[in-house]
Amino acid sequence: MIRVLNLDKSFNAKKVLDNVSVTFEPGKTNLIIGRSGSGKTVLLKSIVGLHEPDSGEVWFEDILFNNLDFNSKKEIRKQMGMLFQGSALFDSLTVEQNVRFPLDMFTSKSMQEKTDRVNFCLNRVNIINANKLFPSELSGGMKKRVAIARAISLNPKYLFCDEPNSGLDPLTAILIDELIKELTEEYSMTTIVNTHDMNSVMEIGEKIVFINEGLICWEGSKHEILNSDCEILNDFVFANALAKQLKSSGK
Amino acid sequence: MIKFLTELGRYFLMLKKVFSIPEKPALYYKQTMHELVYLGFNSIGIITIISFFMGAVITLQTAYNTENPIYPTYLIGLGCRDSIILEFSSTITALILAGKVGSNIASEIGTMRVTEQIDALEMMGVNSTSYLILPKIIATLLFNPFLTLISISVGILGGWIAGTLAGVVTSEDFIYGIQYAFIPYYITYSMIKTLFFAFIISSVSAFQGYFVEGGSLEVGRASTKAVVYSSLLILLFNVILTQLLLS
Repeated sequence: MIRVLNLDKSFNAKKVLDNVSVTFEPGKTNLIIGRSGSGKTVLLKSIVGLHEPDSGEVWFEDILFNNLDFNSKKEIRKQMGMLFQGSALFDSLTVEQNVRFPLDMFTSKSMQEKTDRVNFCLNRVNIINANKLFPSELSGGMKKRVAIARAISLNPKYLFCDEPNSGLDPLTAILIDELIKELTEEYSMTTIVNTHDMNSVMEIGEKIVFINEGLICWEGSKHEILNSDCEILNDFVFANALAKQLKSSGK
Repeated sequence: MIKFLTELGRYFLMLKKVFSIPEKPALYYKQTMHELVYLGFNSIGIITIISFFMGAVITLQTAYNTENPIYPTYLIGLGCRDSIILEFSSTITALILAGKVGSNIASEIGTMRVTEQIDALEMMGVNSTSYLILPKIIATLLFNPFLTLISISVGILGGWIAGTLAGVVTSEDFIYGIQYAFIPYYITYSMIKTLFFAFIISSVSAFQGYFVEGGSLEVGRASTKAVVYSSLLILLFNVILTQLLLS
């Protein structure tokens, strides 16, 4: 379980997160949704410690994460995997080397064991015969899948995904969503996904948190989201013409 | 002034993290070998070409400015040797490397910053500052003295070829001149300067790249800043070291 308590974060006097408190449930796909610039990425990066919050607490189980020193944080981080918006694969390394990187850095496994694990992770995300390719030779969807393979290479307990569907066509986006959901169930991970894609919400959202201008405005499930009486949330959920028509016709 | 002191503090804090104990020394060794080739070996060509012509011009200018029967012509060789060892090979080479290697380091690390690759390293629990910067500093410290030695050798060779081809000095006089009153300490002085300059180039450029915020435009700016600041610091330390080491 990941708990965030009274988190505040500002950049140059502009408040981006305002007293955010939320709990992310274990073994589930938790979604943070909201408009662009609403504070989703800052919240996610504050949870994983890439941003230092101005105040507030981030708990991983019963460990107060944001008060730990670098080395103690490192131990928790070994249990985390993260998929970045732009994939963040290392340009100078091949697909295989990218996925092997956490294993090289943090395990003392033999080369054969590491290669087996890399191949297992790449097969799991359906990347075949691409081990020797560089990130610049991959499509957007393939990059995301390789980034997921890298994120799961150390069998993480927590998976964080920052807009995993951005820049992908709808079919590839669904494949990525399904992959995240399957992996969450398979490894019993606590997964947090940042998105503004309503398809993802309806596809994989088990717990959904809606954030607007740095404030948590609504929490619930994908079944509850369609019947919410939160006006800002409704404006977001039913933003496109088709959704508006369906809502007004009661379907 | 406050901004300058803030940046200075950030630079030294970065250095503190750079010189912390590596997570996996074997990976750092591999990375250092890669940087030795990338930053050092790949610079041999440009250093050779520039040093050759530098030596040639120094010889010709010395010859045309000492066209007087009271000056023995072997002084042309001596002037060429001392100018190259004392100043040109260490300082000019460093300024060239600030342009080539410095911009390279700043843009590489800057691009990693804006594409979240550094965040990915941090996220994994890797000390990104040390992993990315330490191998570059070690590689430049190891290889730049070698580049300076190449520069000295090729510069003197260029002077000899240009001098003899232009007919301003005989081969015998030039060779006598480069051996005449040789002070080995000048090589030590040149090497000490090179080590300081190598550290300035790699650490200042890495600093500019590491703290980039924004996108490709800012990476370009960081790259320019890396070259400008490294060059200015090289010139400043050139004066300080000269005073300290030769006075």
